Amino acid sequence: MRSEVTQPMKASGKSPIKLDFRNEKSHLLDKIVPILLFLCAALSILTTIGIVFTLITETFQFFQKVSIMDYLFGTKWSPLIDPKSFGVLPLLSGTFMITIIACIVAIPLGLASAIYLSEYAHKRVRKIIKPILEVLAGVPTIVYGYFALSLITPLIRGIFPDTGVFNALSAGIVVGIMIIPMVCSLSEDAMSAVPRSLRDGAYALGATRFEVALKIVVPAALSGIVASAVLAFSRAIGETMIVTVAAGATPKLTADPLESIQTMTAYIVQVSMGDTPHGSIEYGTIFAVGMTLFIITFLLNILAQYVARRFREEY
Amino acid sequence: MGTLIDIQSLNLYYGTFHALKDVSMDIPEKAITAFIGPSGCGKSTLLRTLNRMNDMIPGTRIEGQIAVGGTDIYSREVDVETLRKKVGMVFQQPNPFPKSIYDNVAYGPRLHGIRSKGKLDEIVETSLRSAALWGEVKDHLKRSALSLSGGQQQRLCIARALAVNPDILLMDEATSALDPISTLKIEELAQDLKDRYTIVMVTHNMHQAARVSNQTVFFLNGEVVEYSDTEKLFSNPRDQRTEDYISGRFG
Ligand SMILES: Nc1ncnc2c1ncn2[C@@H]1O[C@H](COP(=O)(O)OP(=O)(O)OP(=O)(O)O)[C@@H](O)[C@H]1O
Ligand SMILES: [Mg+2]
Repeated sequence: MRSEVTQPMKASGKSPIKLDFRNEKSHLLDKIVPILLFLCAALSILTTIGIVFTLITETFQFFQKVSIMDYLFGTKWSPLIDPKSFGVLPLLSGTFMITIIACIVAIPLGLASAIYLSEYAHKRVRKIIKPILEVLAGVPTIVYGYFALSLITPLIRGIFPDTGVFNALSAGIVVGIMIIPMVCSLSEDAMSAVPRSLRDGAYALGATRFEVALKIVVPAALSGIVASAVLAFSRAIGETMIVTVAAGATPKLTADPLESIQTMTAYIVQVSMGDTPHGSIEYGTIFAVGMTLFIITFLLNILAQYVARRFREEY
Repeated sequence: MGTLIDIQSLNLYYGTFHALKDVSMDIPEKAITAFIGPSGCGKSTLLRTLNRMNDMIPGTRIEGQIAVGGTDIYSREVDVETLRKKVGMVFQQPNPFPKSIYDNVAYGPRLHGIRSKGKLDEIVETSLRSAALWGEVKDHLKRSALSLSGGQQQRLCIARALAVNPDILLMDEATSALDPISTLKIEELAQDLKDRYTIVMVTHNMHQAARVSNQTVFFLNGEVVEYSDTEKLFSNPRDQRTEDYISGRFG
């Protein structure tokens, strides 16, 4: 008995039962599919590398003709009209004004709707609202641009009659509205991931729903919420159509949101659509600006990932 | 011993599922009452009706009456947050908040409006002492509660519950996730606490019920089969089903 148990079974033909374990299917597909999938992955990586490579070489050529100091610290941006000037600060300030207005709109509203969805809404309500949010996130941004121009701008001009037709406030608000669904959806995911047991612990101490949401769920989900805010910021920086349509094309170092400004993205559109000759120094500006934009959003995305990982083992 | 909790003809439904069937019992004050019975028989459900934690489960319906200290806790005038302050609860899995040890204990008092640092310090210390944890943590109250061992976390949860000064402490299998030594500590703790608090505990461990409790209730399929003094229930059960269960013949 004992030796039978401990010894490995012999593979020879002693057994009266015959089983055949050879595969009946062809292995060809199993060999081809991974190769195809790898090629797809490689293609997207190669494209990215190509884009970054073009950006870098073109930017490098641009900075052979324009001093990087003048670019980074110059306060006047007029690369197309003489006297030419290549100070990127007006574009940066325009971009950040839009971004900050957008975040002021999107983060509180997105967070509030996320708290509502995760802590208050019935399952049925959540099932209806979540897909609607996703649809909203898929609306082409040009539609938002005309929404800004034809609805929000007149409203603002009703309150502040001196406001220009193109102004940063209207575009910023609508960029904010556009990213609410993203903030809401990501924050809601983070809050739903907070274990039920933590909520129960607080309820059992006599906390109200609001206290549980604010003092237990939000702090426990903070990493995800902060990450969603950083992504929102980065999304607002990169937004193009809304600002092109509604914020104007006046690179200006100003703090007044009622004036027309220009963002980095809108500038790139303006030059790409115009008849600026390829290879000229004017044309080179879009690569320098594109590179600046790329670095900023890249750093922000890294920051978002870092934040999300940093606080992960909170619960 | 007076009756603190008076349950009368309680029926509870989760949707169409009849989870508690005509449950009636008197739970005495300043004693330990244990609920035993096989899995799914409704022990946790009954426990959660006592601090109305079932309110949050959609589709729950309740008939009958539960009076705590003479007040029907399901009547309109009862504020459920105030009720939960008076009827504390400790869960099966230790669930400390991802905050410091101090903030965990101070969470309840702060919730109910205590702001003074001195008062909070005092509450934190007495609660941790009552939960027999003070000696182990007094030098690092600022450390994360999650750095404690499972047994310490559970005692922290007890301290957190005691910090809002409840009259009743509900413990739902509070030791089932713990090692034998931590379990013993919590059992001793419960013994100490019963002079000041009314304790209702759910346990899967019949030896624990026999060791710690004064009264034991045996449930089967949502019904109370037998309710008597612990000693009597274990040495001389009236019902055949109780005898089968405590002798390990099913469950
Ligand atoms: N939220 C719920 N919705 C529907 N049915 C539920 C819900 N919670 C519990 N039940 C059912 O009610 C019955 C009693 O559950 P309960 O959790 O009270 O059992 P228990 O005695 O505590 O069991 P255990 O010892 O396994 O913890 C079970 O049949 C369970 O399936
Ligand atoms: Mg249970």
